[in-house]
Amino acid sequence: MSALSNSNWDRRSVLRAAAGLAALGPLAACGGNTGREGGGSSGKGLVQYFHAYGEAGTQEAIKRYAKAYDEARVTTQWITGNNFESKLFSALLTDNAPDVFEFHPQLQMIKSGQVAPLDDIIAPVKDDFNPADIKSHTVDGKVYGVRMIDDPQFFYYRKSVLEKAGVGVPQTLEELAEAAEKLTTDKVKGLFLGNNMVSTNYALVWAAGADQLNDKNEIAYHTDDVAAALKVYRKMFTSGHLLLDAPADYWDPSALVQGLTAIQWCGMWAMPVMQKALGDDLGIFPFPSAASGAKPAVYNGGWSMFVNAKGKNVDLAKEYVKWLWIDQKKYQEDWALSYGFHIPPRTSIAESATKLKSGLPAEGVKLFTDYGRFDNISWTQAMITALEEVIANSVRKGMDPEKALDAADKKVNLELKKLFG
Amino acid sequence: MSTTTTRDATRPAPAKVSKTKPRRGMGGSTFNFWLFTGPFLIGLVIFVYIPIGWSAWLSFFEARYTVTPDKFIGFDNYKLMLTNGDFTKSLVTFTVFAAIIVPVTWALSLGLALMVHRLRFMKAFFRSVFFLPTACSFVAASLIWKMSIFSGVRFGMMNTVLGWFGVENIAWLANPNPPWYWLVIVTVRLWLQAGFYMILFLAALQNIPPELYEAAAIDGAKPGWQTFRYITLPQLRATSTAVILLLLVAAYQAFDEFFNLLSKTTWGRPPLVELYYTALGDDQDYGAGSAGAVILTLLICMVTMLQGRFLGFGRGDGSK
Repeated sequence: MSALSNSNWDRRSVLRAAAGLAALGPLAACGGNTGREGGGSSGKGLVQYFHAYGEAGTQEAIKRYAKAYDEARVTTQWITGNNFESKLFSALLTDNAPDVFEFHPQLQMIKSGQVAPLDDIIAPVKDDFNPADIKSHTVDGKVYGVRMIDDPQFFYYRKSVLEKAGVGVPQTLEELAEAAEKLTTDKVKGLFLGNNMVSTNYALVWAAGADQLNDKNEIAYHTDDVAAALKVYRKMFTSGHLLLDAPADYWDPSALVQGLTAIQWCGMWAMPVMQKALGDDLGIFPFPSAASGAKPAVYNGGWSMFVNAKGKNVDLAKEYVKWLWIDQKKYQEDWALSYGFHIPPRTSIAESATKLKSGLPAEGVKLFTDYGRFDNISWTQAMITALEEVIANSVRKGMDPEKALDAADKKVNLELKKLFG
Repeated sequence: MSTTTTRDATRPAPAKVSKTKPRRGMGGSTFNFWLFTGPFLIGLVIFVYIPIGWSAWLSFFEARYTVTPDKFIGFDNYKLMLTNGDFTKSLVTFTVFAAIIVPVTWALSLGLALMVHRLRFMKAFFRSVFFLPTACSFVAASLIWKMSIFSGVRFGMMNTVLGWFGVENIAWLANPNPPWYWLVIVTVRLWLQAGFYMILFLAALQNIPPELYEAAAIDGAKPGWQTFRYITLPQLRATSTAVILLLLVAAYQAFDEFFNLLSKTTWGRPPLVELYYTALGDDQDYGAGSAGAVILTLLICMVTMLQGRFLGFGRGDGSK
């Protein structure tokens, strides 16, 4: 049809329009993958978000569990990269938010109505959970989230390397710095605290006898001992004895396994891979005391399953969480022990976990029991960042620790005021 | 054959004008216009104009953990962004970045264009080689730079090369003193974008009339620097201005390489990274993030207009 023609809705133009719309169809389909299509036997669908675990087989396992659920079709979004939080936070503001998702207990999510209380599904088995896990998920007597795994984090070391250098297991932060110096050679660095050194910031505060917040939800990390510990960190950073800019970060066992470092901070999840690579030449110890009279520290990280309170299928989502993370003990045990090593938060499962009963795993469980510290639900994402910035400013950039802590205080107090008034 | 003599004889009879009234509704050309531009226009409205408007609206509200707030707070978010130090520091980071990346990319892409333009063999091959990195994503390139070339371990490519000369391993990204991270950030962007601007300069070089060089040669101009300084460079003025403008806007939009190369730092955060952390990463403060976005938009508009005024972008050839 000529562009100058006056005729418009003739047969050819209608056909062209139809062809054009047909061509746009696939494009529309591209944008329509919300993960909600189809459904299980009931025709209902749920979406769950998981961050990408490093251990082989985990993605397949989660999808296998989801497939076994008969009441709905559960679609898994396995989110790679280091922006799981960002993707989750932005998704929670939209209609395509996940129905259930894994995360850490944080008060701002509860205050903003993003997560649903799960007392009704947890109540019958509440006593079977690690009390510290229940406490870290409780606000005003209500429990938000079901703990899936506990992940103690501590130092791994090569026994033979320390023996050869005449270095004992460090008992204090100063001794850790000295060990790093003695263990460093032209090929191997003494210590790996992670590329940006923030992975140990909780442990550093605890080992200096402080805490993030006190019982009144006031700042408790800003003490002289913490400032002194930061100075030791700075000394270690500038000494050249730390492994920095490694291809994989602290959560990956490769730095120790590949011989890039003699001591590495990592989680219990990596223990099977490390044992496979290093055999018996592997030991663990907690973050050593960083102040006189202060206990060593182990950070008990982990992941919990939450239900999106603003989701379209809250009841169904709660049913699914109950089915998978409360009723299906075989899946919970499989999830905790078949890939990496994690400590099951259910006492009954932990007690029957033979893989954790002897050897190095048993030592890990002992460190978890003796020195383990859990998440504080009032310590939110903005506060986490504020403390990480203390490490960035005072350790890596050389700012006076007191000034760096003062700067963090301002941000944390602003956040506390927003949360508690 | 002269067309003027035959035009009248061969002129076709005027088309018979239809006496019927034009049909109501869209004409064919209008229909086609909307058919092809409509979907994109709808996309533009939904994905660009509505978010811009929404963002401007959000900037006046207390919008923590929500994008549908109800608490109006006036200019508090603007005050927060301009006084908390982090956002203003990000503008300094941008200024440092732009001061390095804009002239260096301009010079490198122009140099590459001159080199490729004069090649007598394998011209297409070299054009492709330099242009190909443009097809690579910033994220992928950043990860290659971080994990392979500028890895801080002994087998990182740069550390291996430095090791041959007895230089100890350098932590390129972990240590802000000395700020080696700028080398990593600038080189990755140079690799990614120099080829694209090289193509623009190549096109401009091909448009310079050879007669100019011939006339200059007759007048005694020496080939090389003299010809480049007095003929080539002035002839490339319009393209250079456009390239500098595009580079500056691209620098304002810098995000991927900073985000992927520098994690958990308080330095090396250009405005978009700072806004990302404010709105999504940690604070989930969409009001403050939106206020920062509005400030940044106004700043970009202002700088662009000033640049256009000083460098003459958009003026016709006659105004050169």
